[in-house]
Amino acid sequence: MRLEGKGLVDRGAPVSFTFDGRSYMGFAGDTLASALLANDVRLVGRSFKYHRPRGILTAGSEEPNALVEVVEGNQQTPNVRATVQEVFDGLVARSQNRFPSLSFDVMGVNDLLSPFFSAGFYYKTFMWPRPFWEKLYEPLIRRAAGLGRLSGRHDEAQYEKAWAFCDVLVIGSGPAGLMAALTAAQAGADVILAEEDARMGGRLLSENCRVDGQPGADWAEAVLDELRGMPNVRLMARTTVTGAYDDGTFGALERVGLHRAPAPHLPRECFWRIVAGQAVLAAGALERAVGFPDNDRPGIMLASAVRSYLHRYGVVAGQRVAVLANNDGARATARDLMAAGVKVVGILDTRPDASAVEDCPVYLNAQVTGTAGRTGLRSVSFRHAGGAAVLEVDLLAVSGGWNPTVHLTCHMNGRPLWREDIAAFVPSPGAVPRLTAAGACNGAFSTAGCLREGRDAALVALAALGRAASDVALPVAEDAPYAITPFWETPGVEGRQWLDFANDVTTKDVKLSAQENFRSVEHMKRYTTQGMAPDQGKNSNVAALAVLADATGRGIPQTGTTTFRPPFVPTSIAAMGAGGRGAGFAPQRFLTSDQASRDRGAPMIEAGLWYRPSYFPKPGEATWLESCNREVLMVRESVGVADVSTLGKIDIQGRDAARFLDLVYTNTFSTLPVGRVRYGLMLREDGHVLDDGTTARLGEQHYLMTTTTAAAGLVMRHLDFVHQAFCADWDVRFVSVTEGWAQFAVAGPKARELLATLLGEVPALPFMGVADVALGSVKGRLFRISFSGEEGYEIAVPTRHGEALFRDLLARAETMGGGPYGMEALNVLRIEKGFITHAEIHGRTTAFDIGMEKMVSAKKDCIGKAAAARPGMVGPEREQLVGLKATGAMTAGAHLFVPGERVHRETDQGYVTSVCWSPVMGAHLALGFLKNGRARHGERVRVVDHLRKIDVVAEVCDPVFHDREGVKLRA
Amino acid sequence: MRINCPLCGTRDRREFYYYGAEDYLDRPAPEAPAQAWDDYLHNRDNPAGVTRDLWYHDLGCSSWLVVTRNTVTHEILAVEAVADRKGGAA
Repeated sequence: MRLEGKGLVDRGAPVSFTFDGRSYMGFAGDTLASALLANDVRLVGRSFKYHRPRGILTAGSEEPNALVEVVEGNQQTPNVRATVQEVFDGLVARSQNRFPSLSFDVMGVNDLLSPFFSAGFYYKTFMWPRPFWEKLYEPLIRRAAGLGRLSGRHDEAQYEKAWAFCDVLVIGSGPAGLMAALTAAQAGADVILAEEDARMGGRLLSENCRVDGQPGADWAEAVLDELRGMPNVRLMARTTVTGAYDDGTFGALERVGLHRAPAPHLPRECFWRIVAGQAVLAAGALERAVGFPDNDRPGIMLASAVRSYLHRYGVVAGQRVAVLANNDGARATARDLMAAGVKVVGILDTRPDASAVEDCPVYLNAQVTGTAGRTGLRSVSFRHAGGAAVLEVDLLAVSGGWNPTVHLTCHMNGRPLWREDIAAFVPSPGAVPRLTAAGACNGAFSTAGCLREGRDAALVALAALGRAASDVALPVAEDAPYAITPFWETPGVEGRQWLDFANDVTTKDVKLSAQENFRSVEHMKRYTTQGMAPDQGKNSNVAALAVLADATGRGIPQTGTTTFRPPFVPTSIAAMGAGGRGAGFAPQRFLTSDQASRDRGAPMIEAGLWYRPSYFPKPGEATWLESCNREVLMVRESVGVADVSTLGKIDIQGRDAARFLDLVYTNTFSTLPVGRVRYGLMLREDGHVLDDGTTARLGEQHYLMTTTTAAAGLVMRHLDFVHQAFCADWDVRFVSVTEGWAQFAVAGPKARELLATLLGEVPALPFMGVADVALGSVKGRLFRISFSGEEGYEIAVPTRHGEALFRDLLARAETMGGGPYGMEALNVLRIEKGFITHAEIHGRTTAFDIGMEKMVSAKKDCIGKAAAARPGMVGPEREQLVGLKATGAMTAGAHLFVPGERVHRETDQGYVTSVCWSPVMGAHLALGFLKNGRARHGERVRVVDHLRKIDVVAEVCDPVFHDREGVKLRA
Repeated sequence: MRINCPLCGTRDRREFYYYGAEDYLDRPAPEAPAQAWDDYLHNRDNPAGVTRDLWYHDLGCSSWLVVTRNTVTHEILAVEAVADRKGGAA
């Protein structure tokens, strides 16, 4: 029921929403929970295991019961806490975990069967017979248990992630947080104030309190006005700090669009990483419930939540109210309700020695022995110092004291400390470096205490930052002591006393766990599932371990807590992985020829982050192989053009450039004449091949290195390491110019003819020569190198001219019977010629293995030389590169065996790395590694791939199938 | 985790590539015995406490760095550029 004149919601802005198909009205500023309570909806969900009817317990993100599905079009978001979800026009929510309806749920039968379903039930019952688990038990249990459902569709909504930096991060905007932010901001520090709630102010919005003579909410608004006016302050509402990480890094989840109707380009959430020089944790405290029989009925609510709904939303959740508490603070609930004209029928104080002076009956030494009302509370039975009684009530406000919100201080392995005087855990100081806890989360429960600790924490932060402190006066506020006598469960009564509402764990389950010797708090948690629900035990952990401590005869500090880990609240994977779905998963690199290739219908294939044309289909070609065969023959017989810009290009200059290349390459580059190109082999320090490629000498002190596409970044990192670690004083500098040049292979017997039409005159380059060329006013480079085995050139121009040159080259090639060729043909051409790629130099092959041991110069040191000479790195026991030729298809990954021998790992002779159909040879070709392979040319081997059903006999041969003497290359 | 790059300032660890122990800087002479090369390439301590290892500022200035850090507390105690070390000629 909504009270006139109470609350901070905007009465001028009514909104309409639906819950379980029925329409309701609320106001802007309402949560779904407050709006439902205003409409007298008390039953909002069914519990996880027993399908017990449940109502709203809290007014915050720790809510264990009121979990709903929010529906947007064909999307649905499960397990949304109704206490966090703000209402907006058109919001559609529905209850979960019930069938067919919330008020009548067939699975409610579980509750009647609960004597069979105690803790450990699943472990004991469904273990046998074993095969039944996967086929029968698990699907049944999954259907019966569980919370909300996913839509089963892709989440097409938008999410974001972002970084933020500040001097001081203040977490929480209650009295402590506001004072901390104000103190830090007035000293000139960059401040971020992060608040989980939509509205800043914390408990000041939910209490009938005064600060400096004004209502708490007004004081908060005045401070916020001041902060809003300061350029060094950033206020982040709806932002939950979810985790504390190393070196002042925090994770935070901002609800950007969840409180309004979906709109194009409106992200739902943003996951922040906030880097703070110092942090003040002012996260407040969470009230805890009390154990008594059937303490989970709708209508039983935390006392602080009752005050929140009253003061913040102008809502009372009942007409006849009782209060059950073990502390003085909860008395405010009765007083505030009475002041608002609500009937309070009694205060049940569990303490025998508390004050009995209130404007309503007070029952001391009171213990609730039972409650009634299946889908909503009707009455409370209790005993007290003067006897026993039953009160007709529809709302019972409960307070078992407060738990400081210490979670973030535990994220870096800190263990909270037990404070007997407040019967609660507080953060251990310094648990998170550069973070100071202040206010209620530090065990200071009075408003004045919060204000003081907030200011003091900011002063600590400012001192650590080396900033002069500001002079901020402390406002005057109540400073009442917090008087509490712990009361965890009701002794000597029948019936289940619930601890963990979300996972349906009772005090009896915890005791059973102790009885079955799961006495460690970590074992108890796993045995009972206490604390493993979406609320992560925020409502139940301390009470559960108090019960466990009692059952095991230990104290609470000795029992200890389970570990609080990030995230503090449920955090959607979609937010943490924002931008990483679909094409956002990895960056895409496109060639300058990309559009031209796609224009010709070329399917694009991923090569690292690059997209390269697979083949260029022509009309009438039904398969990729037809296109590939045509392209191979085209290159062998006329001319083909391919974009090879993906290869890494590193420009190397300096007086010691040659010396440096001699160190990183196995072979010698200091002897390379200017204007010539040399193939180079690079080893890792452990003697295995790192990469290969050609390097051109453009000037006396100027080289251009080419790396493979796959290893471009790896080689750059390696060069940086060798230079900085071993020869930092040498005069050599290098930079990646991969993005700066578009480079095209022009290969085939008509390559020179084609280039002549383009360049007018082709420089008279020897094989492995390089020269500058001019294409009109554009300066380019022409290399005479070949990866196909034909007479080949590569022509390079600045990237911005790449597309024009590619289209031009294709047009010229096509008039000569040539054209473009793709990755498939490029692969066939290089296999026919026995050229290796990273399929062969896969990280476990040596220069010896690939037949290049003579390229390791004996005259100089190089990276990897010493290790490459170790025993076992050379010799006949090594698997050596060979060619394989067969009439049937082979597969990369197939293994090699001696024909007639058993096919077994012990008889394994080697493996296949690359395969193709060679239209030139009219045979299936492969490259692979065979034990002592170079001595076995001419032998036959059996090629076996069980996975792809390959079993053929191949002839072992030299890896160079085509033009072994290189006549065509040098033509 | 944040690393204070001597050239770029304090940056998130996502900008850096981790390589391995500082030992990689102590390259044996080419003619050193096999055992010396084996130790250099493969044998490492795995301390619970202070360790020195190599990081590369991949998404920054391309500096190789020696980072002194505590594997227990995650504290970073010092960051030096590899190139600034004394006497590192091959």
